[in-house]
Amino acid sequence: MTAERHSYMRGVGTTPFGKHEGKGALDLMAEAAKQAIESAGLKRSDIDGVLCGYATTTPHLMLSTLFCERFAIRPNYSHSMQVGGATGAAMAMLARELVRSGRCRNVLVVAGENRLTGQTRDSSIQTLAQVGDADYEVPNGGSVPAYYGLMASRYMHEAGVSHEDLAEFAVLMRNNAMRHPDAQLKTPITIADVLASKPIADPLKLLDCCLISDGAVALVISADAPSGTKVRMSGAGQAHFHQHLSAMRSVMDCGAGHAARQAFAESGLSTNDIDYLAVYDSFTITLVMLLEEIGFAPRGKAADRVRNGDFLPAGKLPLNTHGGLLSCGHSGVAGGMAHIAEAYRQMMGQCAERQVKQPRHAFMHGDGGVMSSHVSLILSREE
Amino acid sequence: MSEQHAAQPLSQPFVDGLKQQRIQIQRCKHCQAALTLARYACTECGSDELEWVASAGTGTVYARTIVSRAPSDLYRPLAPYTLVIVQLDEGSRIMGHAVPGVEIGQRVKAGFFDHAGMTLIRFESF
Repeated sequence: MTAERHSYMRGVGTTPFGKHEGKGALDLMAEAAKQAIESAGLKRSDIDGVLCGYATTTPHLMLSTLFCERFAIRPNYSHSMQVGGATGAAMAMLARELVRSGRCRNVLVVAGENRLTGQTRDSSIQTLAQVGDADYEVPNGGSVPAYYGLMASRYMHEAGVSHEDLAEFAVLMRNNAMRHPDAQLKTPITIADVLASKPIADPLKLLDCCLISDGAVALVISADAPSGTKVRMSGAGQAHFHQHLSAMRSVMDCGAGHAARQAFAESGLSTNDIDYLAVYDSFTITLVMLLEEIGFAPRGKAADRVRNGDFLPAGKLPLNTHGGLLSCGHSGVAGGMAHIAEAYRQMMGQCAERQVKQPRHAFMHGDGGVMSSHVSLILSREE
Repeated sequence: MSEQHAAQPLSQPFVDGLKQQRIQIQRCKHCQAALTLARYACTECGSDELEWVASAGTGTVYARTIVSRAPSDLYRPLAPYTLVIVQLDEGSRIMGHAVPGVEIGQRVKAGFFDHAGMTLIRFESF
């Protein structure tokens, strides 16, 4: 009988988030990839699989192949992937499958783009708005914040969530970003600041919305890892119930819970075993809905857990200690991968001043579109 | 009448309907379910025998936002504008504009307006 194959997250690389004037998507990807391979203790030639996220500023037909050529590697397996904000988690999940099947030994997962300096703000907003249906939604003047505003209105109505509840998460993410040297926004904010910020798409205000950033993140996922502390990928799951907001049947069952249950079943763990959260936060409402549907808070009560201090770095269940998309930054696919990179570093004890009690089991969730594509991952520390 | 091409051929009957101030929806010939957006098969029973029918245009507000930050110059003259998702009485959902002040749960009826060469839906209470 052959032993079950495992997969380990072995190294990560991140650029700062914010402005990288004059750098393109590939420049940023190469920087993060080099760092990830070094942190994994590997050489470029050890990489036999490469998965790339898309870059809206570099819409190329074969971005992964282009990256490999420039980066001077010749993997056995490589392609790009596109499932919106869930892409990073989906690539990490596929890397795990490639390693567990024996197809690859060391998979590089990389994404990055110059989303802030490589295009105008209007151009970025319009590109993203195309996540709406081209005939039924976009012609109305839809945008990603408008779709999320619509969804938020319904969720707040059904679950009993207030504007103040949403604002708690914006403040938490900002406080976390202030402890992270690579974060884009570090000016302190209060609940009152969030509520008084510019209206974007009611009920969402400017400070309920994620940033637009330049930046890149890379991960190395391997069949083995050096002795000592290791981070094993112990579970994963997905769900894809709809693409467009109009087609989302219920705001109480968007697919997040379905994806998470598969990941928990695979790892043999439950929400009670988790001691670190890496949850996608494109908007404050995203965090509230994901935490509540997955079961990290009762319906309508996620904000109470913030007020109780549970999600603080020193709390029972630290959440996005890097500051998330809301304050560390959002450079497309890499934005969602930053949550994974931070979870890995916290588990390995590499977070310096912002280090929390080294987590044993981290739960990661990414979503793409308008809560359309869901990927859950569970990382488990082994000594 | 100026011709308005759907971005996706599948949605052309819906876009043509708007030009005639009607909301055309797909209905399953097998189980009679009204479908949201344009589909190749019924979301309820899987049948691919679908037909286009006119909706009465009445329904209940399911979700509502007020867009202050328009996505482009094309929509800036309209801002701030109210967008809603309405649960039509036939059972399917549709996104459209609405008159200011509508709230979730309110009964509405579809009206229409022209903007930048497109006919768009604007719901009002009734």
